[in-house]
Amino acid sequence: MAGCGHGIAAIGRRVAALAGKGTELSVVVTPAAIAQGALCLISFAALVYLFAVTDLSVLLVANNSHIDKPLIFKLAGTWGNHEGSMLLWVTVLTFSGAAIALLEKRLDRRTIAATLMVQALLALGFFAFLLFSSNPFERLVPAPQSGAGLNPLLQDIGLAFHPPTLYFGYVGLSVAFSFAVGALLTGKVGPAFARAMRPWVLLAWIFLTIGITAGSYWAYYELGWGGWWFWDPVENASLLPWLAATALLHSVSVLATRDALRAWTVMLALVAFAMSMAGTFLVRSGILTSVHAFAVDPQRGAFILALLLFYVGGAFTLFALRIGTVAQGKTFRLLSREGAIVGNNILLSTILGIVLIGTLYPLLAEMFGDKVSVGPPYFNKATVPIALLLMLLLVFGPMLRWRRDEAGRVSRYMIAPVVAGLVAMLIAYLVGSAAGLFVLLSIGLAAALAVASFLPLFGRRLSRTPLTIWGMVIAHFGLAVTVLGMASEAGYSSERLAAMATGDSETVAGWTVKLKEVGPVVGDNWVAMEGLFEVSRNGKTDEMKPQSRTFFSPEQQRRRPPC
Amino acid sequence: MTGRWKLWLPLAILAFIGGLSLYGLTAPKDDFVRSQMIGQKLPAFQLPPATDGIEGLSSADFADGRPRLLNFFGSWCVPCKIEAPQLEALASAGVEIHGIALRDRPENVALFLKQYGNPFRRIGADADMRLQVQLGSSGFPRPM
Repeated sequence: MAGCGHGIAAIGRRVAALAGKGTELSVVVTPAAIAQGALCLISFAALVYLFAVTDLSVLLVANNSHIDKPLIFKLAGTWGNHEGSMLLWVTVLTFSGAAIALLEKRLDRRTIAATLMVQALLALGFFAFLLFSSNPFERLVPAPQSGAGLNPLLQDIGLAFHPPTLYFGYVGLSVAFSFAVGALLTGKVGPAFARAMRPWVLLAWIFLTIGITAGSYWAYYELGWGGWWFWDPVENASLLPWLAATALLHSVSVLATRDALRAWTVMLALVAFAMSMAGTFLVRSGILTSVHAFAVDPQRGAFILALLLFYVGGAFTLFALRIGTVAQGKTFRLLSREGAIVGNNILLSTILGIVLIGTLYPLLAEMFGDKVSVGPPYFNKATVPIALLLMLLLVFGPMLRWRRDEAGRVSRYMIAPVVAGLVAMLIAYLVGSAAGLFVLLSIGLAAALAVASFLPLFGRRLSRTPLTIWGMVIAHFGLAVTVLGMASEAGYSSERLAAMATGDSETVAGWTVKLKEVGPVVGDNWVAMEGLFEVSRNGKTDEMKPQSRTFFSPEQQRRRPPC
Repeated sequence: MTGRWKLWLPLAILAFIGGLSLYGLTAPKDDFVRSQMIGQKLPAFQLPPATDGIEGLSSADFADGRPRLLNFFGSWCVPCKIEAPQLEALASAGVEIHGIALRDRPENVALFLKQYGNPFRRIGADADMRLQVQLGSSGFPRPM
């Protein structure tokens, strides 16, 4: 089975090589893309099967799985390691190539062929990476008895979803990249190109959002004990492509509907993919100290860096050489929907720049013999004001008309959001005035945006409102909820640290917490000491059961808060 | 259209980041984090006694500049119990050791000292771990 999977991956690579050969072969490109996707899928299915039956004669399974592991984590173990996750990446990459070949009908054939060739060229690099430096099907002779097991921190349902969703997002951005390079090659940067690219950007954005949320949730109760964002380099690595994808999602809409922002959209597509590869590079290379250090391997890091520089460098060169041939798109006034989206793009790009500089700064400092770590004080101070400006823009931006608009017309809609914002700020101030200006502003803007996000539905028949409008409304409202949560957490958290014995009770934020007993519990592949806490407030009582687990394989400890 | 050189800017930035990454990959990795506190003066503090019969601790007790061992511990901390015999041995070899009890109760500290011996000349109580953070210690037991 393992040999078969390896063989199939190797054939897939040949197909990719064939597909990448040149324009005269453009007839071959479509069937090749489909064959490649199918072969990769079989190859990945083989690996999942090997993990499901725990075939310990395969090195990867022996190193990362264990016979006693629950089935769900055996399956998740397939991508809970470097090789398996790279195979997943390549599989999704080729699969999306096949999807373009099959589904994309509107774009002209030459641009599709060019796009598929870029996609095949990307796949080729990753196939080489997979086969030469991270072969998931490598054999282990003799086969061990039980396997080393999966890091207990990773044996969690959050992890089952976090990497694959991020990968889907990264790959979605690679498709956007291929489209952008394809369009640069043929010079056809226009609405048709934007419409072809848009669903992929949207898909990528959705998966990145889910992936980051899943990771944050996992950190919240597994790693961070209540923290949900630490500005860790690898967290930033997932945020950077998200920021770029968010900007791209907006500019590609402008290009699709208004045929403006041509060069800018292409550039963003290139940057978004560059950021996603940089993310993979940072995770895999261990170049920066991070909580994701379990995946470190400098040699592989160098390989990814080489791929990154080759692809992105090539694309940037192409951009510099060819963008001049792309005609200027339609123009617009500053106060217009396009203008607001340009504002959105500039602010998002600024945040991206700030995060990128903060993430790479320790490396630069190290070059000059200094050791620093850049943390929340920098990132929060630098990004929060810009994020608030972005929120402000979001309150009225979606209400602006395309091309040109009058300030007077829009301001009529702004009464409700402004009132909501002021009321929310007043309430926040009364609850706790010590929270600080930025917390109050965030809460006010979040409330204003929560109201304003529904304004685009104003005057429409709800049953006939297009889904894209609903999508925008929900996403903007979601941002309002998120910012409200962040601001409240930042301004009004209370934390108490206490040493307690059985029978003791403590109070925190109006809750009474009583430690009733501590006792042992047993799970599938772990034993744990579990505390039983009774929490009560205003006559309502509940229980919390935090644990300290000891795993048998590998022998490791993990503590988990009550969930 | 703006100047043509601007079109090459993304490539220049990429090259810079690439070079930086390449340096990061090839430079010898030094994961040892030197404490920023080394060589600095002890901050002024005044801690009440952690238990009856043993004096509290203040920065004035270190004023003569002779080196001493300062140990953060807690009666509720298991590694501290394991560490106790070592401190005991150091104390009997003539090392002057002071203790700081973290988040502790006087009766528990007394019980701890009774069970595991008392290598400390003085013990201050740091009820909210403020001094511990000031001295740049993040865990315990922590001798410095």
